Amino acid sequence: AFPKRVKVVEVGPRDGLQNEKNVVPTPVKISLINMLSETGLQVIEATSFVSPKWVPQMADHTEVMQGINKLPGISYPVLTPNLKGFEAAVAAGAKEVSIFGAASELFTKKNINCSIEESLERFNEVMTAARAASIPVRGYVSCVLGCPYEGKISAAKVAEVSKKMYSMGCYEISLGDTIGIGSPGSMKEMLTAVMKEVPVGALAVHCHDTYGQALANILVALQMGVSVVDASVAGLGGCPYAQGASGNVATEDLVYMLNGLGIHTGVDLQKLMDAGTFICNALNRQTNSKVSQASCRL
Amino acid sequence: MGTVPSALKHCLSYQHLLKEQLWIGEPAAPPPAAPHPGQEPQAPGLPEYIKIVEVGPRDGLQNEKVIVPTDIKIELINRLSRTGLPAIEVTSFVSSKWVPQMADHKEVMRGIERHPGVQYPVLTPNLQGFHSAIAAGATEVSVFGAASESFSKMNINCSIEESIEKFEEVAKSARNMNIPVRGYVSCALGCPYEGNIIPAKVAEVSKRLYSVGCYEISLGDTIGVGTPGSMKRMLEAVMKEIPLSALAVHCHDTYGQALANILTAIQMGVAVVDSSVAGLGGCPYAKGATGNVATEDVIYMLNGLGINTGVNLYTVMEAGNFICTALNKKTNSKVAQASFNTGTIN
Repeated sequence: AFPKRVKVVEVGPRDGLQNEKNVVPTPVKISLINMLSETGLQVIEATSFVSPKWVPQMADHTEVMQGINKLPGISYPVLTPNLKGFEAAVAAGAKEVSIFGAASELFTKKNINCSIEESLERFNEVMTAARAASIPVRGYVSCVLGCPYEGKISAAKVAEVSKKMYSMGCYEISLGDTIGIGSPGSMKEMLTAVMKEVPVGALAVHCHDTYGQALANILVALQMGVSVVDASVAGLGGCPYAQGASGNVATEDLVYMLNGLGIHTGVDLQKLMDAGTFICNALNRQTNSKVSQASCRL
Repeated sequence: MGTVPSALKHCLSYQHLLKEQLWIGEPAAPPPAAPHPGQEPQAPGLPEYIKIVEVGPRDGLQNEKVIVPTDIKIELINRLSRTGLPAIEVTSFVSSKWVPQMADHKEVMRGIERHPGVQYPVLTPNLQGFHSAIAAGATEVSVFGAASESFSKMNINCSIEESIEKFEEVAKSARNMNIPVRGYVSCALGCPYEGNIIPAKVAEVSKRLYSVGCYEISLGDTIGVGTPGSMKRMLEAVMKEIPLSALAVHCHDTYGQALANILTAIQMGVAVVDSSVAGLGGCPYAKGATGNVATEDVIYMLNGLGINTGVNLYTVMEAGNFICTALNKKTNSKVAQASFNTGTIN
């Protein structure tokens, strides 16, 4: 049986835009987030407090955080890779943060130049500060169904990293199929292992659609009791590991499926499509959402 | 091209990634024996083998704007014949006035290589088309019904019952000649004119087609509006009337739901899935929208589930690459998109 309600976590303004080639002006980012705030989405990942040297798209993190309308009942988490980022985020008004781990040693090394264990030590600093400030922390685990450098990733490793991040104090663990290589088979195997260590109520899935498998993978996760799903409006965000390939699953297509299953999300699909149309026009690109593509009557 | 982004420089190639993740099926006749070494352990409850019916050369090309030369069609079909696909729908014996893309049906039928163990069904809307198909060497035919009266009227200018009477004539002749007939039911999850279609109606039309002699009923989500919810309800109704082994699903990906819908169907035991190489074929009812689900993406999913198809994913991708190059269009297959465009250096 499926969950009756699913919380959709909108990652377009952060994960989506971060992987778009064109740098988006701050007012456009703010408008996008404000439009998303009107759709019924409860969680909108707004930006990332990383060094602009590494992620130029997120250089305006303070302005974005301070510029958006923060509607009551909506959470606007931001990424904070370390204590410095955390402090900047809190100073800018953030009330929730996210930290990014990985189930692959090579990926961690290439991405943030340290081992998994070292990355967890850094996160611990963030956790301690967050706890003191009563700020909830969401943990991401990347490469849960495969790694662009290591290839196959064992489900046991994913479970181990997830357990560590959960025990550190993350209220939710988002399991990311970073290169979209997973299929319903590997999703099931991975979740079975993770659910032995982390309660299903604290789990989310973050599926990329690089191989077209995202909705099928999400369906399996829902069947196993997962009730939090990440997605990106208009399917924003390509894949940095497969040139020309797509990345995030489109929020519109996810909501369409959940609606068809009778699962409550609280999201207005039309308003969501409008936000997607807005950002695609601003980015001068076509949507990656099939629902949006089919609904557009030219 | 400019410099390759640094993230790509040390990535595994797509071949390596796919090999590690998936069992790439070798062409083999169903059903399988013990699982091959390296195969994903199969999820319980799913079919062990799924027959893929490749509809690209017919349903796919029929919905492509550009008219494809006969020799290209033949080359595509010949390439598909070498992938392990057990069934390839090659053309349609309809009036060339209605479907110009299929005007060369005789030449295609006569020109293709016929590989042993591969079926080459063709569409035959009526007795005239049937006889023409047989004369051209067809050994299996398909007929197309619909679960929507409006769709039937708009598409073939007659009621559902009238259309089934025509198909019955075809089926009778076919039976006399030992020619199997496959039945399609369009609009199984929604109709561009009527909107919602009730599962009971789909079951009723399916039952009619099955009773006039179709060996298999392919349930088509013609406009791709279905979701796992509506797929399940529709199949539950149809499965009361038709044995599971005689059912197939033909999902369109217009709203991105195809793989999730197919997964739902196979979880319920359906073991025949239609798809189109490179996701050929747009949607005539939603301008700019996509149509058929891509064979490559379906096989990727089935491989990942440990389900045998007998089909080699790489060779399908290559056939897809061939036809997309010939059509001067981008593939609709995400697997192909991720694999062929990659700038990985290895």
